[in-house]
Amino acid sequence: MEHTATYLGLIPLMPLIGAVVIGLMHMFTCTGRKIPEMVYSVLAVAGPVVSTLLALKTFFHLRAMPEEGRFLTQKVFTWFKVGELDVAMGFLADPLSVLMIVFVTFIGTLIHFYSIGYMAGDENYGKFFAYLNLFLGAMLILVLGDGPVVMFVGWEGVGLCSYLLISFYATDRDNVLAGNKAFIVNRIGDLGFVLGMSLLFWAIGSGGFDYLALRGNAADLAPGMGLAICLLLFVGATGKSAQIPLYVWLPDAMAGPTPVSALIHAATMVTAGVYMVARFSFLYAHAPLAGTVVAWVGILTALLAAVFGMFQKDIKKVLAYSTVSQLGYMFAGVGVAAYSAGIFHVFTHAFFKALLFLGAGSVICALHHQQDIWKMGGLKAKMPTTYWTMLIGCLALAGCPLLAGFFSKDEILYMALANGHTGVWLVGVIVAAMTAYYTFRMFFLVFHGAPRDQEAFSHAQESPKVMTIPLIILAVGAVFAGYLNLPAIFGGDQQVTHWLASSLVERHPHGSVGMEIFAIGASILAFGVGIYVAYKKFWLGAEEPEYTGFAKFAYNLFYVDQFYHAVLVRPYKAIGSTIQAVLEPYVTDGHVKISTILYQLLGRTFKVFQVGYVRIYALYMVIGLSLMSLFLSQTLN
Amino acid sequence: MIADYLILSIVLFCIGLLGVISRRNVFTVFMSIELMLNAANLAFVAFARLHESMDGHVLAMMVMAVAAAEAALALAVVILLHKHKSKLDTNVFSLLKG
Repeated sequence: MEHTATYLGLIPLMPLIGAVVIGLMHMFTCTGRKIPEMVYSVLAVAGPVVSTLLALKTFFHLRAMPEEGRFLTQKVFTWFKVGELDVAMGFLADPLSVLMIVFVTFIGTLIHFYSIGYMAGDENYGKFFAYLNLFLGAMLILVLGDGPVVMFVGWEGVGLCSYLLISFYATDRDNVLAGNKAFIVNRIGDLGFVLGMSLLFWAIGSGGFDYLALRGNAADLAPGMGLAICLLLFVGATGKSAQIPLYVWLPDAMAGPTPVSALIHAATMVTAGVYMVARFSFLYAHAPLAGTVVAWVGILTALLAAVFGMFQKDIKKVLAYSTVSQLGYMFAGVGVAAYSAGIFHVFTHAFFKALLFLGAGSVICALHHQQDIWKMGGLKAKMPTTYWTMLIGCLALAGCPLLAGFFSKDEILYMALANGHTGVWLVGVIVAAMTAYYTFRMFFLVFHGAPRDQEAFSHAQESPKVMTIPLIILAVGAVFAGYLNLPAIFGGDQQVTHWLASSLVERHPHGSVGMEIFAIGASILAFGVGIYVAYKKFWLGAEEPEYTGFAKFAYNLFYVDQFYHAVLVRPYKAIGSTIQAVLEPYVTDGHVKISTILYQLLGRTFKVFQVGYVRIYALYMVIGLSLMSLFLSQTLN
Repeated sequence: MIADYLILSIVLFCIGLLGVISRRNVFTVFMSIELMLNAANLAFVAFARLHESMDGHVLAMMVMAVAAAEAALALAVVILLHKHKSKLDTNVFSLLKG
């Protein structure tokens, strides 16, 4: 079977070319005459569209192959070779990465189209699309890379784009600080990733440092070493995918334009950590303790973020915390060794979360950048398309039976129960109820009841087609994506799980039907309770309450940011300034300074010989020559 | 026999050397250098005669040619120096003083 493909490299290359072209065009015209937005729009969507087609081609190519040995590789060039470390710029398409690239390119393309409408009239229209294309290219490198090193290139690339796009409205200082925060917090995670990668190379890297070789050699790993590698890699994942303790950057990342929040900070980039854990399932499968840590960190993040989400008043913050919470579910899934369930939740979540963000963007646009849900209300009448698509998105997020989010979340919870992680399952069900509550709290406040701000309400109108059509497409995805992995109990055959089987190292527990029905029942009950409470409190319209006690504490995010600032940032800054004031000038630079002083002294001493008169120099020559001849006559004899 | 020539050569060379070191007039210095060159020439020719070989003669001819070229250049430099400072005292030209 032929396992090489020549077009894999083109998939990330297309958006990257777009980024360079658009970036240069914007750079050379940003001070003078502007290029029409139409030109940028066409160039911006060209790359993603071609990538989507190539991703589909890869998918069909793989599907035509026999199930065992279903993968394609392309080695573009040898990147570097140091001792045993031989790293190629290579790409690997196997069921896991193909699933990822298909939805990344698809959702990425839709969001590019949406952005044409959302960003219309912006001063830096070209710059925005250059960054967006660059992001898509980096994300595809991350997913398609054939080894940890190539993955890291994409990993850093998406981090950079995230930083650039969060601080896109750079005239506002808060946005710039939010960008810095995201970048720095991610750096902490990246350190873990690099350490994990180095340890992995040190342990089993000599037999080749791409996934296929590593997977073959994973059995040689000592248990303690495997655990250390898994935990370090997970530190990287907590940074990128916003888990405890590094989740703090994601809510602030909402400072960026809304399509960015949808694409980068909800649908694709933040799921990179989950993808990475699933990609290294052959390591995690041998380190059950690491899996347990991942599962608990995930589910506790889900709980914490859900608590925060219940008390936020910025529509994008609510969605941001729901993203953190759903990411927690995904980690719970991969942590309990249900990798396919975790990845499937990544897949369905991408649809409904992108939908929710784009819907929120549509609302924000209509209300002239009003983001406070306590100042909205009654928008159902004004924005029917946004209303219905948002309703589907909210139902999917809340886990309404028969929609996408229900199947994937339920699969994770059932797998947690079946694999014996009862505690994880219990917390997961509680979080499911909270999810339903805060989702519909937001939904009712925005679309139902009486308008709270009559002035803004009267100007609101439905968004243009270029924005609503992506919403409709995503809504279709949010309804039907779940059916791709229908479990046997609903008469399905779990296509996604079977598709992913050859990429993952996964045990399939044989839970009883009773247990499955029990898990599903609990999920539906949680959904019902959550939505009922939200209905009771917010259906008829409520006024903004005074936050007191626990609500105030949760609204202020348990003061985690302030805590980090006091415990980590301030001491760190103090150490930095101490080093700058004491260590650097007097210790590390000391010997440099002393040597310059000594050389000065030496120069001053020997200056006396430079008298400037030609005849004295002639005298020196005579002396020198005499000494030389004397020396030679002595040695030659 | 050869010793007489060499003694004369050394005496001429030392006179030239002393002239270069002690005199301040540019022309005198220049003439002293010529004296040193010719002292060397004398030694070459004397040795050539002693060894009955043409090598010394060849070198002597070459030194003369080089000396002629050097004289042409040096005189041009002297003229420029004079134009610059209106003096031919070597102590005036001491830009290299540290």
